[in-house]
Amino acid sequence: MNSYPVIWFVLIAILYSGYFVLDGFDMGVGILLPFLGKDDRARRIMVNSIGPHWDGNEVWLIVAGGATFAAFPQWYATLFSGFYLPLFLLLIALIFRGVAFEFRGKDDSQTWKSFWDWAAFFGSLIAAFLFGVAFTNILRGVPIDNDMQYIGGFFNLLNPFAVFGGLTFILLFVLIGAYFLVIRTGNPIDEKAGELANRLWLPAALVVLVFAALIWVFGGKGGWLNWYSILFFVASVVTILVSGFATGKKRGGWAFTWMSLGILLFTFGIFAWLFPNVMISSISEVNNLTIWNSSSGINTLQIMTIIAVVFVPLVLIYQTWSYWLLRKKVTGEKDSLHY
Amino acid sequence: MDGTNISQLQFAVTTIYHFFFVPLTLGLSMIVAIMETLYVVKKDPIYKVMTKFWGTLFLINFAVGVVTGIVLEFQFGMNWSEYSRFVGDIFGAPLAMEGLMAFFLESVFLGLWIFGWERLSKGLHLASIWLVAIGVNISAFWILAANSFMQHPVGFEQVGEKLVLTSFSALITNPYLMNQFPHTVLSGFTTAGFFVLGISAYHLAKGNNKDVFQRSFKIAAIFGLISALGVVGIGDRQTKGLVTMQPMKLAAAEALWETDEQVPLSLFAWIDEANETNSFAIRIPYMLSFLATNDPNARITGLKDLEAEFTKLYGQADYIPNITLTFWTFRIMVGLGFLMILLSLIAIYLAFRKKPLSKQRIYWLFVPAIAFPYIANTAGWLLTEMGRQPWVVYGQMLTRNAGSPMLNDKPWMVITSLIGFFLVYGLLAGIDVFLMFKYARMDPNTTGILEPTSSGIHGTKEVNK
Repeated sequence: MNSYPVIWFVLIAILYSGYFVLDGFDMGVGILLPFLGKDDRARRIMVNSIGPHWDGNEVWLIVAGGATFAAFPQWYATLFSGFYLPLFLLLIALIFRGVAFEFRGKDDSQTWKSFWDWAAFFGSLIAAFLFGVAFTNILRGVPIDNDMQYIGGFFNLLNPFAVFGGLTFILLFVLIGAYFLVIRTGNPIDEKAGELANRLWLPAALVVLVFAALIWVFGGKGGWLNWYSILFFVASVVTILVSGFATGKKRGGWAFTWMSLGILLFTFGIFAWLFPNVMISSISEVNNLTIWNSSSGINTLQIMTIIAVVFVPLVLIYQTWSYWLLRKKVTGEKDSLHY
Repeated sequence: MDGTNISQLQFAVTTIYHFFFVPLTLGLSMIVAIMETLYVVKKDPIYKVMTKFWGTLFLINFAVGVVTGIVLEFQFGMNWSEYSRFVGDIFGAPLAMEGLMAFFLESVFLGLWIFGWERLSKGLHLASIWLVAIGVNISAFWILAANSFMQHPVGFEQVGEKLVLTSFSALITNPYLMNQFPHTVLSGFTTAGFFVLGISAYHLAKGNNKDVFQRSFKIAAIFGLISALGVVGIGDRQTKGLVTMQPMKLAAAEALWETDEQVPLSLFAWIDEANETNSFAIRIPYMLSFLATNDPNARITGLKDLEAEFTKLYGQADYIPNITLTFWTFRIMVGLGFLMILLSLIAIYLAFRKKPLSKQRIYWLFVPAIAFPYIANTAGWLLTEMGRQPWVVYGQMLTRNAGSPMLNDKPWMVITSLIGFFLVYGLLAGIDVFLMFKYARMDPNTTGILEPTSSGIHGTKEVNK
């Protein structure tokens, strides 16, 4: 048995984890626009705080999708065709969110600005919700026949557990978005974001705990690491609590760091629950897609591993560096507002 | 119509739409990088004004290109699950590499470029835009490597029900790719050249800001001419490549029904697809044989013989693509290619003549010409993709077998998404055109070089209002 599928499963887990941290705070900031951005200037500062980064953050999703396609074509095909309508809605949401950031500052009319602010809000909210719905369904298991085809309908995907998962994602993203605003914007947004974060960290930790319990009860069976998965979720709960503690002490940087770790662990929990499956069939365990029966051949995986070993660290270095170069708080001074 | 047919329509709409934005990105990133280089080297602030003016237009265009690009990646799995299962082993890798090597590079450094004017050193800021320009062109390489596999599959073997990669180096040195990549990138450069030419010409005709627009016009004229010559030159090689790689596409693009020697080139033809003949044509003797092989006497296989050959190899099916469409898109593309070479020569003459023009009216010639590369690009892709039909992977998989089974059972889903994408794309196109018009007509001295106003990013004084 070759180990490449395991490597690629882990790498894809890392890509999604990174995506949920990085674009998580982008979506969180988008969702918080109407709540913390009481006037145009405030909303503008909020958008500009993620301005240089949102696009690079979204690439994590594109690469995660591409890596899934390349390393596990069967997983990619079953998942993307099976979740057709949610993904369609996700694409529309991401389209609106992306152009909203780019276009809101390109015209002065109030209608124009408020149109894009709402587009950013709904785009972020719907995207966050749909990621939660999709991943909860993957954990729960969906009807997949012995031909690797999804045979459920659209409303199969909107079960109560999945809706709860969607709300969980929204809450996590809003919290990390608030932590992000604390460290990246000036008064009064950072203060209001801090107050909001103070009220949200405990509910967020509890919701993750409930989510873990629901997985234990309703999650699809057949994973080898279910216990470890729950441990990851518990660790995630602990880090979220620590982040709340840090924000209480006005340690914004630490709060953000712990929360990032919390989302990483949360996502690892999701992937650990699945392993070595990638799609769990609610019809029969025999129909499960596993990292072995859905992976590409050894040639493809070998070459991609070499490329990933070179480029993933390189990307991490220059992306981190770009955050460092633009680390100055966005306070509304003209040189920091380009959107 | 089944789900797969509608998916095809949706794919066409999405791809054509996406490719309205991509070519300009490919070329304009380079032009902006060249302008900023001139600024850094010559230390003349006029080049900073130019960089910011064209950079703003670049960003408006880039945004829509980015968000529609994600749709493309997702669609392979969503609408073409059987295709994805069949070729994912080969086709997925270039997509993943595109993200890893190109998308990260362009997005991260574009963020730095937009937000780094005041916070990065001049050198680093300049390096950022070059990395963006390199990134977008690397991205073109990978996606075209994937597309070239669909046109001319190489480096694989069939194992069970799917294709498996045997040689990665064959995949990225695919002879089809070696023509398609430079052809596509240079069409992007041509698009940007004509974009800058057209907008500069508009301002020059109006007598606005000569400092900026004469310089821009000159850069674009050189850039446009070199690129247009390159596109046509490589296009010629591409046609010759089709003789061995995709003879059916060649015969379709020429509406050549019968195999013959010393084949004439039909400049125009009235095509009768039902009776498999051309009822009328204007021909240049020997020309097709010569263009396709460099030998005026060469034998070129016609559509009917190719279909018989395919039927023998692959079984009964309709192997002839839509001839009217391939024939005319080919002519539109080539015709516009030559027209653009001519226009860039006129532009070069205008840019380099010493005496000032007595009449500015001639500049208006270049304003409608902005549309030419867009039409040629779209025609080119229609020819490439429609000329490959009925295959999704040439000789390996038919398009009709590639669609997601669920969408064939529930076509309402793909109808819903098609309508949805259509409406969203229409809205975005309207908004994009509005912004382009607004910023293209602006006085460059107000686009960013002055301090931003309190309400807008850039000054919003429009010259012609």
